Amino acid sequence: MSTVKNQYKEFLINEVLRDYSGNSKDKQIHEKISVMKHEVISEPIIYVGAGTCGLGAGAGKTLEVVKSFLKDNNINARIIETGCIGLCAVEPIVDIQLPGYNRLSFQEVTADKVVPILNSMLLSNKIPDDSIILGQIEIPNAEKWNKIAYLNEHPFFAPQKRLVLKNVGIIDPVDINEYIARDGYKSYIKAINLYKPIDICDIIEKSGLRGRGGGGFPTGRKWKFANSEVNDQKYLICNADEGDPGAFMDRAVIEGDPHRLIEGMAIGAYAIGATKAYVYIRAEYPLAIERLEIAIKQAKEFGLIGKNIFGTGVNFEIKIKKGAGAFVCGEETALMNSIEGKRGMPRSRPPFPTTSGLFNKPTVINNVETFSNVSSIIYHGADWFSSTGTQNSKGTKVFALSGKIKLTGLVEIPMGTTIRQILFDIAGGIKNDKKFKAVQIGGPSGGCITEQNLDIQIDYESLIKVGAMMGSGGLVVMDEDNCMVDVAKFFMSFIQKESCGKCIPCREGTKRLLEILESITSKPKPGDNTEALDRFKGVMQIEKLCNVIKDTSLCGLGQTAPNPVLSTLKWFKDEYESHVFDRHCPAGVCQNLKVYKIDVEKCTGCTVCAKKCPVGAIIGTRKSPHFINEDKCIGCGACYEACNFEAIRIV
Amino acid sequence: MKTEIIDILQKYPAGAKENLIPILQDIQGNEGFLSKGSVIEVGNYLSMPTSKIFGVATFYNQFRFSPLGKFHIQVCRGTACHVLGSLTVLETIEKYVGVKAGSTSRDGIFSIEEVACMGACGLAPVISVNGNFHAKVNSESIKEILDSYRKQAEL
Repeated sequence: MSTVKNQYKEFLINEVLRDYSGNSKDKQIHEKISVMKHEVISEPIIYVGAGTCGLGAGAGKTLEVVKSFLKDNNINARIIETGCIGLCAVEPIVDIQLPGYNRLSFQEVTADKVVPILNSMLLSNKIPDDSIILGQIEIPNAEKWNKIAYLNEHPFFAPQKRLVLKNVGIIDPVDINEYIARDGYKSYIKAINLYKPIDICDIIEKSGLRGRGGGGFPTGRKWKFANSEVNDQKYLICNADEGDPGAFMDRAVIEGDPHRLIEGMAIGAYAIGATKAYVYIRAEYPLAIERLEIAIKQAKEFGLIGKNIFGTGVNFEIKIKKGAGAFVCGEETALMNSIEGKRGMPRSRPPFPTTSGLFNKPTVINNVETFSNVSSIIYHGADWFSSTGTQNSKGTKVFALSGKIKLTGLVEIPMGTTIRQILFDIAGGIKNDKKFKAVQIGGPSGGCITEQNLDIQIDYESLIKVGAMMGSGGLVVMDEDNCMVDVAKFFMSFIQKESCGKCIPCREGTKRLLEILESITSKPKPGDNTEALDRFKGVMQIEKLCNVIKDTSLCGLGQTAPNPVLSTLKWFKDEYESHVFDRHCPAGVCQNLKVYKIDVEKCTGCTVCAKKCPVGAIIGTRKSPHFINEDKCIGCGACYEACNFEAIRIV
Repeated sequence: MKTEIIDILQKYPAGAKENLIPILQDIQGNEGFLSKGSVIEVGNYLSMPTSKIFGVATFYNQFRFSPLGKFHIQVCRGTACHVLGSLTVLETIEKYVGVKAGSTSRDGIFSIEEVACMGACGLAPVISVNGNFHAKVNSESIKEILDSYRKQAEL
């Protein structure tokens, strides 16, 4: 936001927010609002997608080139840094909006492509011939570009229904004016003026909103529990400790539309009677923290956070707590311990947090996506929200697509969409047209979905039925080149590192489980006679051990830790068997099982491989073919990379 | 006592134990790591035994007890990065720098850290050097990236 004094503040507070119904027919008000929504502009606007993923793809350099271009050519134009629109695969995305025209979205605008695009757009109002255009975004009463498809008709966006991500990538995340102009904070003002706290709980319960962080507990019911508690202090916490590797929707929401989160939290706090709120956010998300801090400051200036908000007597304050890098702190009771300055270890339940949570006071904790749904439910009503989705899972869900998929990024789809639609219709299928193997959903607590289950409709129950779970919504796609035993091992080593150590089943069980998986994926050690027996015992007990960990662990981390193993065992038993019986990794991933051979025909005896080999397993004399001593070989692949004659094969 | 630590401590009320983690984060942000001396100072200020503070600090992955290299390399080991080969990337970096993840090279130029997920899964595999992201890296491109940092360090 510009540093000049906010000229619209009084207007927004008095004319827009106090009139939360939005029925005003006053033409002047609408004109002002369309200026703030950037619908009526006097100078061109250049939007640069500058979320973490955009910056990773080079948006920072793009931004610099844009700035110097404007300066060199003496052009008056505004630059707005937006969040990520969700199509990470084609970042950096740059949008250009000329006065009176629809907004045009260009993909893959790396620094070298900026000048030709700006030259032709800003200097001659023409679309450059060879640039790749993602689509145009409709601006009311603006002229459209010929022969350019609309962005919302793009195959990636067309099947989506964006409620949480509505503004992400479109608006200036750190401009409260634009958020309010787009009906933001009206739900909050409406809530505190029109409804009693318990009414809000009722509306949310009726809407069918369920926690988007994993478990899927009905949000309204949770709020009611806290609402009915009588205490001098209650707390509201937003869990933004998005630790699931493969999930980044919370980051994107905060980076792209932080005010939506704040509004949702403010409504939640009012509904349960809390005056203090915390956002517990990962320290690994510096940009999200920065934008959230700015947004909170702006909301304070507008009197939306503070004491006696809009004269209603409602108090609300919000604090940011940075996480310190412990996965277990995503568990709600561990998170509360961490806020209290202790080790992030879970507490046993009951008492539940709604009775005795943070500092032993009634506490409600929800995640970013859950809170981000709240304002539109209040704005449009419970029925509007529950008209989307399936019988028991209402609304939409944001999924983060990554792995071996053509279009990686964020998608928000109505509950009930099939996974096949997400992967193949929206995201364009598997990268390099390889064969699909599985999609891992729900991170280290979730499971795999295979070809045969691709047509299930996504909701909380259907995913549990096939041995997976919603989790936070990370979808990691795997193709034929991925080894499922290796994936299970990866998750187990993650969990084993992150287990807090409080309860034995999780601390020791995951360690043993990892050991079993490691023995499955390694070669027999020469001279170790007990190894084969231990390995066999491990294979026999793996499933039983999983169930014990599941049944006896204290918190959600341990209870769900064996899921990746159980799920891969269920769907990919053949892969386990070939690791166990043949000591062979069908996908050729497990390093310890790789056997390297030198092709006698191709080897020229250059000795490069023998020099590179860290364990001296390659023997041979100069100018004659070399050989690999398999007993010594550790399968590091150094020789394979070093060979200039493609003489080394993996068998 | 160093003035910087006093400045940091004075932002928080004395004896308020719930501020322990933010204080440690601030100190690490300022000094790059948690030194024994600073932990003792924190203990005095919050009236907490040093052992308790170390207990909390060692629990969290974020806190370090030795200084970082001039260029701190964070290698993402999240799921998406893993399926796209982040292990090979990590091994290449370890070979290049000459130390394992979690330590600093002898010349003090590089330090390596494994992190769980940096939230840029769409661009996997990802590494970050002093906060600058490098996307879609592989064992080839990583060498060029590190070479450029080494050159900067030698200037």
